[in-house]
Amino acid sequence: MNTAESCIQIRDVSQIFRGGGQKEVVALTGINLDIRRGEFVCLLGPSGCGKSTLLNAIAGFMPPTTGRITVDGQTVTAPGPDRGMVFQEYALFPWMTVERNVAFGLEIQKMSKNQIRDKVDALLAKLQLTDFHERYPKDLSGGMRQRVAIARVLALDAPILLMDEPFGALDALTRRSLQDELLRIWAELKKTIVFVTHSIEESVHLADRVIVMTYRPGTIKREVLITLPRERDPGSAEFNRYTKELAQLVMEEQYRHQQDEIRTSAAK
Amino acid sequence: MRWSKLYRLLQGALVPCLVLGLWQWLGASGLVNPLILPSPLAVAKKWFEYLSPLEPFDPTKSGYLAWLVSGELLRDASASLHRVVSGFLIGAGLALPLGLFMGASDNVYKLFNPLIQVLRPIPPIAFIPLAILWFGLGNPPAVFLITIGAFFPVLMNTIAGVRHVDAIYIRAAESLGANRRTLFLRVMLPASSPYILAGARIGMGTAFIVVIVAEMIAVNSGLGYRILEAREFFWSDKIIAGMFTIGLLGLAIDSGMSRLNSWLLKWHRGIEHR
Repeated sequence: MNTAESCIQIRDVSQIFRGGGQKEVVALTGINLDIRRGEFVCLLGPSGCGKSTLLNAIAGFMPPTTGRITVDGQTVTAPGPDRGMVFQEYALFPWMTVERNVAFGLEIQKMSKNQIRDKVDALLAKLQLTDFHERYPKDLSGGMRQRVAIARVLALDAPILLMDEPFGALDALTRRSLQDELLRIWAELKKTIVFVTHSIEESVHLADRVIVMTYRPGTIKREVLITLPRERDPGSAEFNRYTKELAQLVMEEQYRHQQDEIRTSAAK
Repeated sequence: MRWSKLYRLLQGALVPCLVLGLWQWLGASGLVNPLILPSPLAVAKKWFEYLSPLEPFDPTKSGYLAWLVSGELLRDASASLHRVVSGFLIGAGLALPLGLFMGASDNVYKLFNPLIQVLRPIPPIAFIPLAILWFGLGNPPAVFLITIGAFFPVLMNTIAGVRHVDAIYIRAAESLGANRRTLFLRVMLPASSPYILAGARIGMGTAFIVVIVAEMIAVNSGLGYRILEAREFFWSDKIIAGMFTIGLLGLAIDSGMSRLNSWLLKWHRGIEHR
């Protein structure tokens, strides 16, 4: 791959956790990955494969034990507004209204009040939240909360979106409509997206490239390019060919995960 | 619908009415010396006397409204309220920043925690001798004692509140570019406010207990002073009228705090159905 156009570079990254007195857990090892500008990449794998750990390392929440992550040539050392983070739990500030949540990052950047208002209005309109400016997150459904969370990171014009199973807690229909909305936003705003999921269909529906990860230690098992044109039809034969291929890869890891769980529960 | 409301009203009034009836009967029967236990009617009469202005209305001396609130009860209640509020504001005002720092920083916590653990179990009442020695008589020792009473509940809850802030809010704020100051003021403080406000409500309750005791010792105004004064003269009806006033004021303060909490926490999930 041409490194000139690579946006996120991950080199020899490992992440080792030492729980209090317990034996260490190698969450990630030997990760090398280049993500192009404007690419939509899904990290796919069973629980415990380190996909969220890798995403958190790119976000800068937890520096890797070894190796290096660079974004646009800059080594990642801390979280920053150039990498917008969307969490499965939404992480909206419950004490702020929808409007204040979306404005939060802009206020930090000391943007003028009028500019903030215009930008927030436009974003809430884009995400079909026009009538919800003054609502508190507790009054919104899961799908609407996640729309607000997406608006909140889009407000900062971050070129990169890091999404940690953002639609994992939503019902199937809401999930579909938000996936399509995300694809529209991605195409329109030319974002680079790293998207963690354990749903095979979701990864085939969304990604340019799916990175399948192994269960402990987390490594890259296989990269699968999804060459289907968009809009993708989940009923099509090609779509199914991809899901079948990925399912086989993921289920091998899921099986290892399951065996490990049985072993550790038996040992207790 | 109407009937069930009436029914609930009657249900709530039943036990108080029975107690009042029994009490009135005891007084009327002559079994108990009215100096020991005056009848409820005598107490009610005294309460209205206590509430009404001492002198007849004289337009040359003061306005009508000023005259109307010149009764002993209202002056006592406002003196007590004034002490509670000042002591509470000082105590909570000191406890809040200390609690925020102790909750946010492990080092600050380790520095202050041992001292606090030793001081916290000492009831504010036990500080009375020292308070009088340090501040003499009058408002200062009373306010000092109330400050101590309000300080610890607010402090303990603030520490717990900050420690319970969900790490995901901090992550979200950091990734949106928040610096430490913004994180502290706009994320940690509001996120811990349900705990802090619960602490404030407990602190206010303690402050109200302490003010009555402090007034019995250190000052010569206020509801606590008044019931002790009434004892000197064997005015048991006034003692009970004063106690009743203390109860009413306490209830008013607590429901005021509770309303303030619900308003400040209207975003909070736990109270949405109140």
